[in-house]
Amino acid sequence: MTMNTIQAGVVTLLLGVGSFFLLVGTVGLLRLPDVYNRMHATSKATTIGAASLFLAGTVYFGPQGPGLVSLIGIIFLFLTAPTGAHVISRAAQKMGVPFYGDADWPEEALEDD
Amino acid sequence: MASELPAFLDTAILAALVVASGLTLLAGYRVIVGPTTPDRVVALDTIGTNVVAIAVLYALQTGEGLFVTVSLVLAIIGFISTIAAARFITEGDIIE
Repeated sequence: MTMNTIQAGVVTLLLGVGSFFLLVGTVGLLRLPDVYNRMHATSKATTIGAASLFLAGTVYFGPQGPGLVSLIGIIFLFLTAPTGAHVISRAAQKMGVPFYGDADWPEEALEDD
Repeated sequence: MASELPAFLDTAILAALVVASGLTLLAGYRVIVGPTTPDRVVALDTIGTNVVAIAVLYALQTGEGLFVTVSLVLAIIGFISTIAAARFITEGDIIE
């Protein structure tokens, strides 16, 4: 299988986008002030980052075999990354991790428990 | 097959691999420093996502489609371990 230049260009573009979003996610993880903000940065940015790398895999390998597995990987990431972030934030709330600054939970959220 | 890649794509894959590896290392700082357990879980989740990205990039570099499957399995394991860690924090117990 030889790659034509358009295909290689699209793969390169997707690699650039993916690396950029992975970078943004990790910078957010290191720089933001509390666990909720960090989760916000990582769950969005790394989902888009890893998904565009998977999409690069689809463009590279074509629509069958490994390329199809890449598409399944994108669907899986979009289903599980928000779920995982939600579960961790529930755990942080039950542990009583405070917000940065003077923000607070609304009354209804506290009465649920 | 890897030798048939255009030179700029080869360079791009190598650069993305270097970036993803460096970010995995940097996320380790948040795992060590914390300060709370959910922070560490989030950081480990990020490391898991970065390793998934590294596996995909390795599949592109070598042309071995099997490594895409490896990265999908790593994503599944990362999700299960995140759920397990969050349950451990709240319940203090994973399997009663």
